[in-house]
Amino acid sequence: MIISIASGKGGTGKTLVATSLALSLKDSHRVMLLDCDVEAPNDHIFLKPAVTGSEPVNILVPKVAEDKCTYCGRCAEVCAYNAIAVLGDHVLTFPQLCHGCGACSYLCPEKAISEEPRETGLVEWGRSDGVEFAHGKLTIGEAMAPPVIRKVKEHVSSDGTVIIDVPPGTSCPVVEAVKGSDFCLLVTEPTPFGLNDLALAVETVRELDIPCGVVLNRAGVGDARVEEYCKKENIPILLTIPLDTEIARLYSKGIPLVEGLPKWKSSFLGLLGRVKVLIDERNRSLKR
Amino acid sequence: MKEIVVLSGKGGTGKTSIVGSLAVLAKREVLADCDVDAADLHLLLSPSVKQESEFWSGQVARIDEDRCTECGLCQDLCRFDAIKDFRVDPVACEGCGFCSHICPVEAITMEENMSGHWFISDTKYGPLVHARLGIAQENSGKLVAVVRQQARQIAEEHKLDYIISDGPPGIGCPVISSLSGASLALLVTEPTLSGMHDLERVLGVCRHFGVPAMVCINKYDLNEDNTRQIETYCSTQDVELASKIPFDNVVTEALVRGVPVVEYSDGRVSREIGALWQKVSGVMYSKQEVT
Repeated sequence: MIISIASGKGGTGKTLVATSLALSLKDSHRVMLLDCDVEAPNDHIFLKPAVTGSEPVNILVPKVAEDKCTYCGRCAEVCAYNAIAVLGDHVLTFPQLCHGCGACSYLCPEKAISEEPRETGLVEWGRSDGVEFAHGKLTIGEAMAPPVIRKVKEHVSSDGTVIIDVPPGTSCPVVEAVKGSDFCLLVTEPTPFGLNDLALAVETVRELDIPCGVVLNRAGVGDARVEEYCKKENIPILLTIPLDTEIARLYSKGIPLVEGLPKWKSSFLGLLGRVKVLIDERNRSLKR
Repeated sequence: MKEIVVLSGKGGTGKTSIVGSLAVLAKREVLADCDVDAADLHLLLSPSVKQESEFWSGQVARIDEDRCTECGLCQDLCRFDAIKDFRVDPVACEGCGFCSHICPVEAITMEENMSGHWFISDTKYGPLVHARLGIAQENSGKLVAVVRQQARQIAEEHKLDYIISDGPPGIGCPVISSLSGASLALLVTEPTLSGMHDLERVLGVCRHFGVPAMVCINKYDLNEDNTRQIETYCSTQDVELASKIPFDNVVTEALVRGVPVVEYSDGRVSREIGALWQKVSGVMYSKQEVT
């Protein structure tokens, strides 16, 4: 079972929910936490995993053998990203623009283009007190998060519960992280920003045909419009976490909520139970 | 004309609330919402849209089923796993066009993709350029570039002094697109280990692209030990700490009413943001003197 934790708006509590859920389940379940927020990964701060392995993330970029090249320009013509250009008898490559599709090297009539790896990030994995863990880190200055996210998701195991911490937003990195999930928890806060971005996140998961539910964090601030929206859209609110200075203080120190306040463990187990019921209901209705 | 972009690495540190207030405090500025994935600045500035434009960017492959012989070459060669059972998954397709070039029966065409909208609006504080990326779309970086280009054009036409941009979270494509070539990055962080970790990453991106940075610690009194650590970090990195804003629920109250906090209250948060703007605009001014 794969549960992704997403939000639209940043800073609503994805990391809090992802780490708390993983730590609540570990005594009774095989549980894996994959931090796919590769631009700003934070789960390791809370779990402090012992890293047992790592692997660079590479994009294959073109390398032109100028002795074979006839400067015909076919490579530049087929590149959709302007990552290769032919100027007179020079071929210029712009590795930062290359998406690694491989079209130039395959289509070069002279077989003058080979591919070489360019590192754009790093995936690390290990264990933390009963939780299997992996995360990705996009290299500073690199633009493309999705290849790093894909590499983190190679660690998804087919048994046990896999929890995916998703980056904020609604565009390609979010889609890459969320797709394939059985359920998506959308963490939000009861403010106009929280509501606006929740609605965008709901559209995104509906586009991907993934069932979702809401975790309402910092309840007590703001207004009731998020709850009204959820009611209208028929989206269940599966857990409510109040605005609480003790929770904020633990978070600021990198202490997982369920370690600092163990009474929250049962709430997160209850959350998982409700998610399971919703997944089962959906699977039954899909079979029908 | 000076362009100030507000970034944070970690989401939810208060970028948009601060930009909303800077919109009130700055004079002769254009505002740009570069968080095109999850734009929120309009919720504080009550814009009236004057111009709406479609954003066409990138392509998506389409297979003509009548022509397709199901040879499978496209599926084998696609590096993005975007073709399954001889159908294109438009969400996974990166628009590289490789498949359209290699299909032996020319059954694959590339179609232009409408991936969002951008707007030019009036607000009582000045013009606002904002956008909405289509759901699950790519090319957020390119849409950010359009927003900035429009903002620059408005600033030049009306000889405005500032572009103030609300940036996206993270450090990837849309952040780089918001940042490159800006005059100053104002980095909003919070005194949490996560906020500090992500501040280091986004400061790294500023350095990488040669954009000068200043730091603002929001909700600094939530953990004063961490705030001291950030202060030490800033001085070792030789980055100016522009402001420390206290935590106050008045920020959320203003947000619920849909107004920038400096208009809603004249309390300590508003005074601190006022001092922040004095400092930021002062730095810009002294730089102008030098150049």
